Amino acid sequence: MKTQYLLGNEAIAYGCLEAPVDFVTGYPGTPSSEVVEVLRDVPDRDYYLEWSVNEKVALENALAAAWCGLRAICTMKHVGLNVAADALMTSAYTGVTGGLVVMSADDPFAHSSQNEQDSRCYALFSRLPCLDPSTIQEAHDMARDAFALSEQFSLPVILRPTTRVCHSKGDTVTGERARSTRKGEFHRDPRQYVVIPAHTRALHPKLNEKQPAIRKALVERGYNTAVIRGPLAVVASGIAAAYVQEVLPADVSLIKIGAYPVDEEWLAAQVSRHEKVLVIEELHPVVEETVRQVAKGVPVSGKKDGVVPYEGELSTAAVAAIMKSFGITPTQAYPAVAPVADLPQRPPILCAGCMHRPVFYAMRRVFRDGIYPSDIGCYTLGLQLGAVDTTICMGAAVTIGSGISHAGEERDVVATIGDSTFFHSGIPGLLNAVYNGARMVLVILDNRITAMTGHQPNPGTGVTVCGAAAPQVSIETICRACGVSWVETVDPYDLASLMATLRAAKEQPGVKVVIARQPCVITARRANLRRGRFEVDPGVCTACGVCIGFGCPAIEKRDEKAFITGLCSGCGVCAQICPAGAIRKETRTEGSR
Amino acid sequence: MSESFDVLLVGIGGQGIILASNILGEACIAEGRSVKGAETHGMAQRGGSVEGHIRIDGKFGPLVPPGSARLIIAFDMLEALRYAHFLAPGGTIVSNNRFVVPTSVYMQGAPVPDEAAIRERLSSRPLCVVDAEGIAGEAGNPLSQNVAMIGAASRFLPLKPASLLGAVEKLVPKKTVETNRRAFEMGRAAGERCGGGKAGA
Repeated sequence: MKTQYLLGNEAIAYGCLEAPVDFVTGYPGTPSSEVVEVLRDVPDRDYYLEWSVNEKVALENALAAAWCGLRAICTMKHVGLNVAADALMTSAYTGVTGGLVVMSADDPFAHSSQNEQDSRCYALFSRLPCLDPSTIQEAHDMARDAFALSEQFSLPVILRPTTRVCHSKGDTVTGERARSTRKGEFHRDPRQYVVIPAHTRALHPKLNEKQPAIRKALVERGYNTAVIRGPLAVVASGIAAAYVQEVLPADVSLIKIGAYPVDEEWLAAQVSRHEKVLVIEELHPVVEETVRQVAKGVPVSGKKDGVVPYEGELSTAAVAAIMKSFGITPTQAYPAVAPVADLPQRPPILCAGCMHRPVFYAMRRVFRDGIYPSDIGCYTLGLQLGAVDTTICMGAAVTIGSGISHAGEERDVVATIGDSTFFHSGIPGLLNAVYNGARMVLVILDNRITAMTGHQPNPGTGVTVCGAAAPQVSIETICRACGVSWVETVDPYDLASLMATLRAAKEQPGVKVVIARQPCVITARRANLRRGRFEVDPGVCTACGVCIGFGCPAIEKRDEKAFITGLCSGCGVCAQICPAGAIRKETRTEGSR
Repeated sequence: MSESFDVLLVGIGGQGIILASNILGEACIAEGRSVKGAETHGMAQRGGSVEGHIRIDGKFGPLVPPGSARLIIAFDMLEALRYAHFLAPGGTIVSNNRFVVPTSVYMQGAPVPDEAAIRERLSSRPLCVVDAEGIAGEAGNPLSQNVAMIGAASRFLPLKPASLLGAVEKLVPKKTVETNRRAFEMGRAAGERCGGGKAGA
């Protein structure tokens, strides 16, 4: 036992080591990615570990391992569970032999996500047990114990931390790492693993019959607890429970929900001891709906009567304000303060030298009235450059693009998608677009890495998560195999070639693919690639503003003229767009700032 | 109920805020104290405004409530102003003397923020301005600015300098330990010149 300062995701990884885990899969997604990375960095790993190409693939691999008797975890962000849902729903019927933990990290306030969906709804939907940690310590302990829980009921268990658990830190007590000793073995059992209608009709009641015992076990294991202190009670789940505990007066009861399904009999007994109760939880009113069902005349407040918001994330200060409006005086009063109003925003921005920027620049010039479906990755920031018209979910740049083209839109459709997103779920859309005769350009932004989530390798990188060499899958070959006859690869730092390639694509019929390839500027820097900086000759600069409009964070204005700062990574694209020819490779030896 | 000493670290993605907040967290562990913190990961790190919350002796939630930070450590002066409302009455802001103008300001032709104006707007609060770049350069490594800032802030933190230095040594790359130690000490001296002589015992 030792106390360490751990990130929530590190704590979850340590819990897996203590279980111990035998098999690890996942697809990167904020806020879930570090679990796999921490498990990768463990010395002398004795478990299998992979970054899968998408969450469905990750879950099915992990499920197979669990069918073979191994303890497996599969990690993803909440929206990844949509991709994996097909496997998830029926895995509840087949069950598992080895413990299977499906970690789906929710993101209240959508810090890095396209929506605020609540993974607990999947737990109710699939009838799988779900653990909902309120602290890093709980996340660690739940991860450690979830495998045994899964084996107790022969069911996958969903672990649902939120951003403020995954990406918060704290003093955490961890135990000894255990060694993985299991060897997977598949025992043929078609009635369990072949879900033809006859078999699945028998499996469904078995899933339902497990529910009462699960509900009881979650109370017995101490995940759902009640401390009765007075006539008023707060029911809280997940990290909201930590916020509540910080400001809860000593005479108010706390009913803490850390796991689902909640035992309704137990909950009814706790609620009935109070005059009224307040339910505080983030996102969907999962707990509140159960409390309302069992309250039998005890007034319940929460989201449904407008006391607690449905959207966004909570905080200690927000919870204190909610309690106050309900009639509980919190132990802390927080001042009402407001940020200064008129500061320029500082949104995230594509890096200096990012290969995506010249692609967006060129697209907007070659396809002036084009429609630009895009996808999920750093390049979504192309929104700031006016080159992203749609983003909905992984892989949808291709399918939204083909759909727009089939809808009768006559303008050029120019879709952008990253390499990892293309591997994840872009390929079927491309196959479909070709098959059904769409008219569009697909630009694959191939920076050889899954950059936004922290530079995880993918099938194009040539290396696995563990550092082993892997075949570098050819995106060109995949596109041709999908039936695309016009596939061109271009260096996005060579603006003239890039523009010429896009112009050529514009003239071609059908589905055209342009692969813009250049390593992510961050991985290039880490690999010690140095190109030398560029500088502006102030005597030549006409202050026309073209390079400023390019939007590179290394380009500033000084005395009305352009100035290139030390952020420059030497891509040289600004020198190619400067109409005055004022930008050139730096001749000074010192950095410019 | 909560008696935590709340610290907010603010700056721009890529400035080393996560490492800086880890130094505070590890120092708490070294002193056997509880600590909670939260930080920004993911896309927001790409040059965006980022924040790190550290609650020394914290036992519950990781987020510093607005108006409750006893100390704000700002790696960029514009960000110091953006988050100044987090400061508790009597709290201190330790800020880098530099700021980066957001690229969007130039792109949109918006007025460029002015250093004197930012300082003026911060001046109603106890403010310690530090030349982190100068210190880091003098210490021998421009990348040690974040450690220089922690050094300056250490005068206002309820953590022992030895605990903080121990955390620095544990967390920075081995070959940069010496330059980072210098950056910390020089930062600490700069913090002292701001009048931060009381805390840190």
